[in-house]
Amino acid sequence: MKSLRPLLLVLAGLLLFTGPATATEHLKMSTTTSTQDSGLLPVLLPAFEKKCNCKVDVIAVGTGQALKLGEAGDVDVVFVHARKLEDKFVADGFGVNRRDVMYNDFVIIGPTNDPAGIARAKTAAEALKLIAARQATFISRGDRSGTNIKEKELWKAAGIEPKGSWYVEAGQGMGPVITMATERQAYTLADRGTYNAYKGQKTDLTILFQGEKGLFNPYGIIAVNPKRFPYVKYDLAMKLIDFVTGPEGQKIIAGYKAHGEPVFFIYRK
Amino acid sequence: MDFIAESWRTALALIIALNRDVFTAVGTSLAVSLWSTLLAALLGVPLGIGVGIATFPGKRVVVTLLNTLMALPTVVIGLLGYGMLSRQGPLGGFGLLFTPTAMVIGQTALAIPIVANYTVGAIAGADARIIATARTLGAGPVHCLGQLVKEVRFGIMAAIIAGFGRVIAEVGVAMMLGGNIRGYTRTMTTAIALETSKGEFAFGLALGIILMAAALAVNLGLNALQQR
Repeated sequence: MKSLRPLLLVLAGLLLFTGPATATEHLKMSTTTSTQDSGLLPVLLPAFEKKCNCKVDVIAVGTGQALKLGEAGDVDVVFVHARKLEDKFVADGFGVNRRDVMYNDFVIIGPTNDPAGIARAKTAAEALKLIAARQATFISRGDRSGTNIKEKELWKAAGIEPKGSWYVEAGQGMGPVITMATERQAYTLADRGTYNAYKGQKTDLTILFQGEKGLFNPYGIIAVNPKRFPYVKYDLAMKLIDFVTGPEGQKIIAGYKAHGEPVFFIYRK
Repeated sequence: MDFIAESWRTALALIIALNRDVFTAVGTSLAVSLWSTLLAALLGVPLGIGVGIATFPGKRVVVTLLNTLMALPTVVIGLLGYGMLSRQGPLGGFGLLFTPTAMVIGQTALAIPIVANYTVGAIAGADARIIATARTLGAGPVHCLGQLVKEVRFGIMAAIIAGFGRVIAEVGVAMMLGGNIRGYTRTMTTAIALETSKGEFAFGLALGIILMAAALAVNLGLNALQQR
């Protein structure tokens, strides 16, 4: 064992330096990938963390999974975009105090030469019909995220059940899907925030369809119900909710720009 | 090839500029990996020695089981750990999911079979006469064991190094149990996965270079100790 002793000493020394961090209060927030990938959270959260002397632990997954984490009580607050699911989450008793935070909209992006000619479409459903008719490659999030749920709604409205080799279910976040669509020169449904953050250097795809009412994309924040899960940090969650919906947070959201363009919009009060 | 060359330049610039996020991730990776390697050594080495020297019916089965566990995909450990540590799971009361502690638990589970298995191998490769010789020289059981361990210490060291290699490089457990939280549970590997998914290839490459350098440094250190 003698020769192992120095090794153990070195290990012990390293561990002393790298032991558990200080005891700042941690708030766990599950959220959709778009709030993180668009670059909003890295500017919004530090302001709150400084003010409250706490740390917000962001778990960025699809909206579906973000809500599931809330239903399991594994997080203290959820910040997502799928209004119907959010209302169900509250109605089922998992969350309380849902508040509107901001909105943007969905856009259909694709290769500049627009092989399916969707730029001429009048509705989003019509655009999808053209893509399906041409069997042009379409990348779907396929991960039950807010964007994926919206996409499925649109296919339903178009009366099409998408399948075939042209319909690719990626099972990944918005960013990776935009990257994949760029590599494959395919169409996809994206939220404007993430697209704006990727536009230029990371993707050469362009917005081919936008502006329909059905593509409106509101974001909500919900505290996980402390009656159901007594250990959640409800007070801190409410402080965060008050911050992002209050004047200071709203100003940061409205002022946040990617490539010179606003990414999210706030509600006029 | 411009893309790769440009990425290398950017990556090196990021390293030289000592990007804070990069080094936080390095620190988290090293801390979590060293803790789990230490725990895996404390549990896996005795287990390996025990299985290695004992003779009992079903020993073959135990060895096969250890071999199989060694090949267990990290995402499976991540999945099982998730089920245990989620608030819905049996250990949910501790609120450990998405903390560094959860990552240490998962990675320890990942490393134990490797450390144990390599230790079994080292014992099997040792001269079988050690114990008999020691005994004829009048040594008690504890002394015999000490002689044996001394004989196979390089093998045990190799076992621990292999365990460390496995945990520092893995991404499944770190992602699923840690949640990839910036500045808290984000490791080198989960950061690389994230940066690539964000299309930040150069940033991912910078992290990859540092990860290899860190792994190399730790292995060189352990090797130096082994030579003594």
